[in-house]
Amino acid sequence: MSKRIDVSDLNVYYGDFLAVEDVNITLDAKSVTAFIGPSGCGKSTFLRTLNRMHEVIPGARVEGKVLLDGDNLYADGVDPVTVRSQIGMVFQRPNPFPTMSIRDNVLAGVKLNSRRMAKSDADALVEKSLQGANLWNEVKDRLEKPGSGLSGGQQQRLCIARAIAVAPDVILMDEPCSALDPISTLAIEDLINELKDEYTVVIVTHNMQQAARVSDKTAFFNIAGTGKPGKLIEFAETATIFNNPGQKSTEDYVSGRFG
Amino acid sequence: MSTTKSARRAGTGRTGDKVFSGAALGAGVLIVAVLFAVAMFLVIQALPTFSAAPADITGGKGFVSYIFPIVVGTLIAAAIALVIATPIGVAVALYISHYAPRNMARGLGYVVDLLAAIPSVIYGAWGATFLASQLKVPYQWLADNAGWIPIFGGPASGTGKTILTAGIVLAVMVLPIIASLTREIFLQTPMLHQEAALALGATRWEMIRMAVLPFARGGIISAVMLGLGRALGETMAVALVLSSGPMIASLIRSGNQTIAAEIALNFPEAFGLRLNELIAAGLVLFLITLLVNMVARWIISRHKEFSGAN
Amino acid sequence: MATLMTERKRSALTRGRLPKSTPWVVAASSIVVAAALMSLIGFNVFGWAVLSAVLFAAGNVVSSAVVEGRRKATDKLATSLVLGAFLVALLPLVSVIWTVLVNGVPGLLAPGFLGTSMKGVTGAIDNASVANHTPVLGGVYHAFLGSVLITLWATLISVPVGLLTSIYLVEYSDGNKFSKVITFLVDVMTGIPSIVAGLFAAAFFGLVMGPGTKTGFVAAVALSVLMIPVVVRSSEEMLKIVPNELREAAYALGVRKWRTILKVVIPTAISGIASGVTLAIARVIGETAPLLVTAGFATQINSNVFAGWMASLPTFIYTQIMTPTSPSNPDPSNQRAWAAALLLILLVMLLNLGARLVARIFAPKTGR
Repeated sequence: MSKRIDVSDLNVYYGDFLAVEDVNITLDAKSVTAFIGPSGCGKSTFLRTLNRMHEVIPGARVEGKVLLDGDNLYADGVDPVTVRSQIGMVFQRPNPFPTMSIRDNVLAGVKLNSRRMAKSDADALVEKSLQGANLWNEVKDRLEKPGSGLSGGQQQRLCIARAIAVAPDVILMDEPCSALDPISTLAIEDLINELKDEYTVVIVTHNMQQAARVSDKTAFFNIAGTGKPGKLIEFAETATIFNNPGQKSTEDYVSGRFG
Repeated sequence: MSTTKSARRAGTGRTGDKVFSGAALGAGVLIVAVLFAVAMFLVIQALPTFSAAPADITGGKGFVSYIFPIVVGTLIAAAIALVIATPIGVAVALYISHYAPRNMARGLGYVVDLLAAIPSVIYGAWGATFLASQLKVPYQWLADNAGWIPIFGGPASGTGKTILTAGIVLAVMVLPIIASLTREIFLQTPMLHQEAALALGATRWEMIRMAVLPFARGGIISAVMLGLGRALGETMAVALVLSSGPMIASLIRSGNQTIAAEIALNFPEAFGLRLNELIAAGLVLFLITLLVNMVARWIISRHKEFSGAN
Repeated sequence: MATLMTERKRSALTRGRLPKSTPWVVAASSIVVAAALMSLIGFNVFGWAVLSAVLFAAGNVVSSAVVEGRRKATDKLATSLVLGAFLVALLPLVSVIWTVLVNGVPGLLAPGFLGTSMKGVTGAIDNASVANHTPVLGGVYHAFLGSVLITLWATLISVPVGLLTSIYLVEYSDGNKFSKVITFLVDVMTGIPSIVAGLFAAAFFGLVMGPGTKTGFVAAVALSVLMIPVVVRSSEEMLKIVPNELREAAYALGVRKWRTILKVVIPTAISGIASGVTLAIARVIGETAPLLVTAGFATQINSNVFAGWMASLPTFIYTQIMTPTSPSNPDPSNQRAWAAALLLILLVMLLNLGARLVARIFAPKTGR
């Protein structure tokens, strides 16, 4: 169920503008990797290239390789839709589909691909996914209510349930807690800890304590100045990054001296 | 597991994507084709008019002298409508958005939207049966007291069915359109700008002049231009209200004609060259409204930078 | 000290302002003065009201200019002008509604008006009903049916084309050159005079099907030319405000674009799209000019849009007023025309109300 990702010599462009330059990184299976760095350094952009979501933005393109257990996502003939059904994503702001009930939101990935499913199987999948997202007990009595009626933190966990219902190998999270209050944040962090037993988790965060709490490894991205491309500065065990970083700029950033 | 999964998913729906995007593109192409067809058919059907002998054209002096009076008539009627409707329409919008009590404003806005949706034939019927007879007395008065001004030259029409009446009916018709559109623009004025003006000690009118009108200028112009487009192309109101005739300067005598009404009144019985002639007139009307729209767009794009909107 | 301040009759903050009673005093005196002036030149209520209002506005502005200064006076002048314009605008609009109601209600309530057509109703019959004071015969059923059918076909043509075009513009084009061309042409189409749209349809079918082809379908095509741009514009606006996050959420689940559009984007925007379509229907159902040149005039029921002339409510109103069935006794025709006008207004208002209702029904529920 869980796969590793190897990125080699990856450049990301918006039109002619080089946004992220020359990233080489390996994300281990069944682990949590955190991307940290100042705003605009390209960490979210890079995250999106891991399941080809950047292609949604007009003009965005990529050079280099991203291998999912050895298969290049950018090889000829690879359908981005296939990639995305194996590498799921959770966004900064919770975005349940407003027209669907909680149950339909969980089943969205399956239903929207028009796969037929027996009701009992669907029920089982809904329960499993919601339990996987630590949301089952809170919503089991109102599965037919609209998903947008939940609190922000519940909505975000609903989005995670929706992501894991399609049984991905990797889950990408783009600042999943930045729009949430501290208690909801804690619930999501607990969930991330559980998710890594089954999935490869990659999380972008602005919150360094969060990176330190949830991740096994941490990657620090930085940008030399406006108009310059973002770069991967340092990638190591989380403990190393926060206690004994190899680079001066990493140390400045994690100790709060800038950014 | 993963290979079967990816193989299965890659198969489903790729065709769907192609079909759907193709259909969407097709619809766009169809619109382009339709508009092209509109222009083409009008031109093709209008062509015989331009090659015909001048004596065969209605009036016997060629197409230009046939079309000129009704173009002028169209412009006069539309001009009267705009001169009346623009200030009143903007004021109505302003009243609803910034003067009326809050609980009244919503209802009034809704009423204005409804009035904008009333079919023009009803305005025409009202103008023909009610307004025209009401205006006979004022027209007579104008002819007696202001007859030395060419546009009020007597003798006044005995039925009140004059180009001025037609212009007034058009004004009543486009007024809700202008009011409804400008009201929406006024409501979009950023609250921050308005509060900033009020906090500087501005009176309500000064606030409107400082914050609301500059923001809405582009929108007002486009609303007026839309009203102008409607007034130029409006058929029924004029066909019902105006008792047409040759071009004359006086607005309060029977006479003058607009392109749209000319077509509507004559098309059902037209055949042969007369048909081509009317279609040619339609083409001219199309070009005039196109020009108006272009000018409107140009004005709006010039004002955009200063309006604070995007 | 503080109590002293509050008890002072005129504080520093109200200095230089007219007392609250001023407008009432001005109003009362202007009504009196207006009545006096009117009695000099011949009294009538309408003139009295207008003159009072003008005097009231002038009195307010002048008194304000004297006591409160120029800025306040300008403000009051602007208020008077805006309110005055509003009242002036109300007059004709109220008059239109009133005329339609007064003239239309008797005809609409006449027995058989909604259920019969004009088949066999001749000038002689109208003359007889005027002479014998019997109820006016003839009805509007054929025109009502024609309006409904023509509008239905126009909707069937316009909605798919308009909706798909707006989907292309918002979801597929990425703002390329072609989409700019379409947007421009849709703008041009919005400005096409309705009579020109009718001419196009007439000319087109005249070339293809032979000269003088006039059917309900030709009229529907003409109305579509007017309706498509409205549908494109409103649907485009609605699709644009669907948050991008929802599309991304669907893509991230491995959902194909067309399914995302059909199952996520359109359901989210459906309330706005549906109400836009309803408003577009309300707009074209009252169009008269294009029908005059495309559908002909029928006096009997025709439910086939592909053959034969077809009546419609707007053209019914027009012909009944312009060419009364009995030229010597136009009253029955007028009665029918106004009744049809009232019916048409009711229809348009229902559609407008329906648009609001539709928007509310389809709106995504929050369920909190």
